[in-house]
Amino acid sequence: MDDLMTEFLTETAENLAALDIELVKLEQEPETPGLLANIFRLVHTIKGTCGFFGLPRLEALAHAGENVLGRFRDGELVVTPPAISVILAAIDGIKVILASLETTGAEPPGDDEALIARLNAVAEGSGAAAEPAMAESIDTAPVKPAKTARRSRSSKPNKPLEPPQPVMEHESTHDDIAPLVGQTDGPPPRLDTGATTNASAAAEQHDSAAVMQSIRVNVDLLETLMTTVSELVLSRNQLLQLSRRQKDSEFVAPLQRLNHVVSELQENVMKTRMQPIGNAWAKFPRIVRDLAHETHKKIELVMKGADTELDRQVLELIKDPLTHMVRNSADHGIETPDERLAAGKSTTGVIALDAYHEGGQIVIEISDDGRGLSIHKIKSKALKVGLVTEAELAGLTEAQVQQFIFRAGFSTAESVTAVSGRGVGMDVVRTNIEKIGGTIEVSTQSGFGTRFTIKIPLTLAIVSALIVEVGGQSFAVPQTSVIELVRTSEAGSNRQRIERLNGAPVLRLRDRLLPLVVLSEVLKLDPVDAITTSSDRFVVVTQVGSQVFGMIVDQVFDTEEIVVKPMASITRHLTMFSGNTILGDGSVIMILDPGGVAGAIGNPAAGTGHAKSEAESHAADAREKSALLVFRAGGGAPKAVPLRWIARLEEFERNDIEYVSGRYVIQYRGKLMPVVPFDSASSVEKDGRQPALVFADGGRVMALLVDAVVDILETELDVHQSSSMAGITGSAIIAGRATEMIDARYFCEQAFEGWAEPANWSEPSDEDGAHDFTYSTGQRHHAPEEREIARAA
Amino acid sequence: MNTVIDIAHNAMRNESADTSEFVTMTIAGQLFGIPVLQVQDVLGPQRIARIPMAPAWVAGVLNLRGRIVTAIDVRRRLGLPKLETTGTEMSIVVDHNAELYSLLVDEVGEVMVCRADCVAPNPPTLDPVWQEISKGIVQLNDRLMIILHVQRLFDLAHAAAA
Repeated sequence: MDDLMTEFLTETAENLAALDIELVKLEQEPETPGLLANIFRLVHTIKGTCGFFGLPRLEALAHAGENVLGRFRDGELVVTPPAISVILAAIDGIKVILASLETTGAEPPGDDEALIARLNAVAEGSGAAAEPAMAESIDTAPVKPAKTARRSRSSKPNKPLEPPQPVMEHESTHDDIAPLVGQTDGPPPRLDTGATTNASAAAEQHDSAAVMQSIRVNVDLLETLMTTVSELVLSRNQLLQLSRRQKDSEFVAPLQRLNHVVSELQENVMKTRMQPIGNAWAKFPRIVRDLAHETHKKIELVMKGADTELDRQVLELIKDPLTHMVRNSADHGIETPDERLAAGKSTTGVIALDAYHEGGQIVIEISDDGRGLSIHKIKSKALKVGLVTEAELAGLTEAQVQQFIFRAGFSTAESVTAVSGRGVGMDVVRTNIEKIGGTIEVSTQSGFGTRFTIKIPLTLAIVSALIVEVGGQSFAVPQTSVIELVRTSEAGSNRQRIERLNGAPVLRLRDRLLPLVVLSEVLKLDPVDAITTSSDRFVVVTQVGSQVFGMIVDQVFDTEEIVVKPMASITRHLTMFSGNTILGDGSVIMILDPGGVAGAIGNPAAGTGHAKSEAESHAADAREKSALLVFRAGGGAPKAVPLRWIARLEEFERNDIEYVSGRYVIQYRGKLMPVVPFDSASSVEKDGRQPALVFADGGRVMALLVDAVVDILETELDVHQSSSMAGITGSAIIAGRATEMIDARYFCEQAFEGWAEPANWSEPSDEDGAHDFTYSTGQRHHAPEEREIARAA
Repeated sequence: MNTVIDIAHNAMRNESADTSEFVTMTIAGQLFGIPVLQVQDVLGPQRIARIPMAPAWVAGVLNLRGRIVTAIDVRRRLGLPKLETTGTEMSIVVDHNAELYSLLVDEVGEVMVCRADCVAPNPPTLDPVWQEISKGIVQLNDRLMIILHVQRLFDLAHAAAA
């Protein structure tokens, strides 16, 4: 009986979760065929099964709910939001009873007279005219018997209209059980319940084929299986390591096979832990619906990629943060219909959830088209709470200001509502997500909405890690946080040399200043002399949240799949490590927690409120500042153009530039590329070499001849739109000099008629486009060396 | 190997008194005992990986048949200097809150049986750190044995004072 009860509880919990979603759907699209029948069947199954267990209170409530649904289905009642609200309330009531059943094994004391009365009132609401018997049942003190009497009467006249199958179960239940509902003293007779379950089983038959394919397995069993497989993987690694040392061993072939089998086993066991993210989203439609009603808003919830699978453990951990964020979006993000109309938007706000795989990670986006984050409010709140001073605030970019919402005790909600605004929100979300090795970012546009992007690892149990050596000891660095490896040498050019600013090591990496951490110092390891003096060092470029920094290590070995084992409790306070693991050779090594290392160098997000840490502003720069190429051409002030428009820097022999049908062209990579002199008045006749900027878009390439490339620098762009000169958009102060910003479009138009489609060029701030442009051409990688060529020239 | 300990002045006491078995070990010449039921394994010298930043008395971690075991340097824990000669130390593996720990000691001795009533309380003159980790003193014929309070070894709050 206990097992049966557990089964019943699990099944009912699932059914109820499905009900929440279905009911919200029903409210939105009452006409959808099959929806009502499905809901009715779910409620009916609950009712039928609890009769079998002798749970009178649960049965009464489910029965009353079914009543209302029956009348919806029979078309006697119109589906209205208030009616749905009452049914949802009944489902909540059922949940309460189930919770008690789960903990105590018995129904909680008390009854649901009030709720049942409401349900009956709804059921009778529109039926009153057709059914004269209604009036007396409302007044009758013992509600249940009256209602059931009415119920059986009302269902009968409609019988011929009903679809055949539901009628069967429906009828058998009501006629037999109805008289019993009022008597709460014992389980219904066996015969009835048998009929009920048979009927519901018949109703479920159409999807029973799918049901047969899966079985319920205890989660603990899966966990044990997972642990065992992890151990197996470790032993396998050890064996492989051994066999590698022995050439011509007879074990090689069987080991190879073992290797394959274990890998497959591991993969499949991992799969058993995978669950669609939709499981975590299941309650969102209900939450959003309730919130919308409470706040009198119209909100549509769009969910994409609900079948994206991720580890059960990860799923559990992100459930709450996600719920919180959806609530936030509904409560703070989406405006009231009036406000939306005034802002020129449709009255219905949209909250969109999107999940997809990307590079071994799961990306979850939560976006709304609401009012967005108010930079102004965040600023004033940050000042009030004392996170920053006025002077510091002035130096922050918008993106940096937005990150304040992830700080503890930060909420900009003007008033505390029942739902959110208690100021315990986003910092908890961030902490929870970072705890599982994920990151969260926010981007917002005032008036147009907010988008949160969460990236989390697929699984926590087995991770791919980079093995590095520091101070003679090996450590594992989770691959997900490693962006790249840079080999540095003292003898090399300044691009690959570690430089020091007042002792603090930094690396110039593609024109960004990367703060470095000497890992042996952070970990208080004795530096190994031989290695310190050797000139070659490796920098592991690491990203934690928006913070990017480099860790200096002595050696870099392989990447290995490692099984994360927790630290012993007496060493768990060490934030530098997220766990330890056994490598293939049997040695135990620590797994570095990049977050902990970042914390050791002063994590700006969790720190003292001084947000201008180098790393953070560095990361934010990438978004807010523009990389500009400064060059000289056509005399006068230096010129500048956003670096992302440039595909390459080249130097051409002037003799190679040919004049064809009124245009200058050059043979470039087997094609003819138009060449435009910066100053159209000047002609291309002199000998020697001339630097050129190559612009490319969608296969079309053109070169702009300039006198000299001066520099590439990142700066905040403040263009004064004051130029009337062709090809110049305006002037800006760059590196302390007045510089003219050139209009790439102008020159492109000169090269191709209609080449510059506005969609491609008019939005230099369009981040996605810009990124594609820059990265696809590999510009960032080539720029420094080519700049040097240009300088030499 | 097992030695039944006869305590001279308690010999005639209650014969039904519980007896317990201890695994003995020596640290800096002092005899210690751990109830035998707490002992999972006795190991010879092991390859131990250090844990940077950990307290000095945490020697590191080692691999015991696929399980990660944290090694405690009992000498350091008791405020004694590190063992001069290395390569001979042994360790006793104990279970603490479902985690395995190995206690690094100079030498592991034997299993002894002694009656519960031969255990004397700690003398008040004992060093406070030793007071913490001593459950009592067993008076043997020729020497004294401290019963190690294994749980307290892992207690960070007490360790901080050490």
